[in-house]
Amino acid sequence: MNLSHNARRRLIIAASFLVALVLSILPWPVWTEQFRPDWVALVLIYWCMALPTRVGVGTGWSVGLMLDVLYGSMLGENALAKSLIAFLAVRFHLQLRMFPRWQQAVVVLLLVITNNLLVLWIKNLAGQAPSTWGYLTPGIVSMLLWPWLFVILRDIRRHGNVS
Amino acid sequence: MLQFSGWQIRAPSNLTRFVLLALLAVGLMLLDARGHHLQKIRAGLTVLFVPIQILAAIPVRVGGTIFDFVHGDESLRAETERLRSEQPILLARLQRYEALEAENAHLRQLLGTSALVADRAVVAELLEVASEPFRRTVVIAKGEKDGLYLGQPVIDAYGIRGQVSEVGVLQSTAILITDPGHALPVQVNRNGLRAIAFGIGAPDKVSIRYLTASSDIKPGDLLVSSGIGGSFPFGYPVAKVNKIVNDPNESFLDITATPVAQLSHNREVLLIWPTKSMLPAEVKKPAEVKKPVQPKKIVETKKQVEVRQPAEVPQPTAVEPARPAEGTTP
Repeated sequence: MNLSHNARRRLIIAASFLVALVLSILPWPVWTEQFRPDWVALVLIYWCMALPTRVGVGTGWSVGLMLDVLYGSMLGENALAKSLIAFLAVRFHLQLRMFPRWQQAVVVLLLVITNNLLVLWIKNLAGQAPSTWGYLTPGIVSMLLWPWLFVILRDIRRHGNVS
Repeated sequence: MLQFSGWQIRAPSNLTRFVLLALLAVGLMLLDARGHHLQKIRAGLTVLFVPIQILAAIPVRVGGTIFDFVHGDESLRAETERLRSEQPILLARLQRYEALEAENAHLRQLLGTSALVADRAVVAELLEVASEPFRRTVVIAKGEKDGLYLGQPVIDAYGIRGQVSEVGVLQSTAILITDPGHALPVQVNRNGLRAIAFGIGAPDKVSIRYLTASSDIKPGDLLVSSGIGGSFPFGYPVAKVNKIVNDPNESFLDITATPVAQLSHNREVLLIWPTKSMLPAEVKKPAEVKKPVQPKKIVETKKQVEVRQPAEVPQPTAVEPARPAEGTTP
């Protein structure tokens, strides 16, 4: 490909987020819904960790807003949550890179739960809080998926020579 | 770092950026939740994201096509058989229903009250996309151009599913009765006891709140829409009472009910346009509509001449006295 380095990077990052967005609205049987991992958060955390100067709070905010539009939730709800976890991931990206894979996964769990609690808190303020413990399970599934997703995204990054 | 007429402008730090964007997000949320000022912007954005939704719906579509291809003939034949055997039963029921509706309308007119009647319905397809975690919504492949409006009832063959919560250009979103943000005025079909059915976010449960221990409600009771909220017509099935827990420490009963509509199965829903009227045609413009309506009435009453002799007698007169009565009451 004779795309410039910059354009290729943007394309690859955008494509990964697009896939994450599609995955987050991909229909599954209803009972699996509470186990659906937070794809967007996973991809966002990876890019924040790998390229903290390129992907950060702004990207998180925009992707979160897209998620809001797709979900039909209050505009800004996911934008706030995603920019918060992007901020935390960028802030601690050096530590995250040093961590062994399982420890990264634990951090991912904490970040996704933070994200879900924030969303839940906002929903509660708006008077739409569900009475379930469903905000814990997506975090756990995301944690279990992290090692695999990390490897896939790292290979994509290396193969596409994204930096 | 930027040079700007002698000043050096630093790129904002990560924290600054986060704080600014967080404030922006909070502002957006306030605008969206309090004033619904962003309806237009959101409708525009939704159109941009239609491709993503279509992309996400592809696997289920393809799966369905493959399933149909493999099971093709046999399942179709079985379904035709089932539909054929069902149809006479439904038609027979419908006959009775029409008579009942007419009688109901006359009784309402005698009382001088009105109720919402669904006189137009359209079948709409659902787009197979998952809803947000913690929420129960569906995307309907119809929008503004089809005449959808905010708060429009969405039903299926078995009962009420929810209402339209967002009208886009090409497609709309409806929240189901199980969504935690949804509440629906209902009444017990057996005795008319009024209650409110709240969604709690579980896929197959609604919660009936604020009923005291002395309320006459039993497991198995059918709850129908009471029409009090003004957006749903009266009498559509909503849920069946499933479990009643009477905890003496609580002031109200803890009642869960199972929605009768097939909230997570069907690909199609019915959209209805309720109108507030006693007899659909006569209330609006009696002078104009009377002539075309009259022959219809005769046909209708001919069928029931024996049964409804007493009801038919006041019918022509009932229309006239009802008019002055309406005019004098206020």
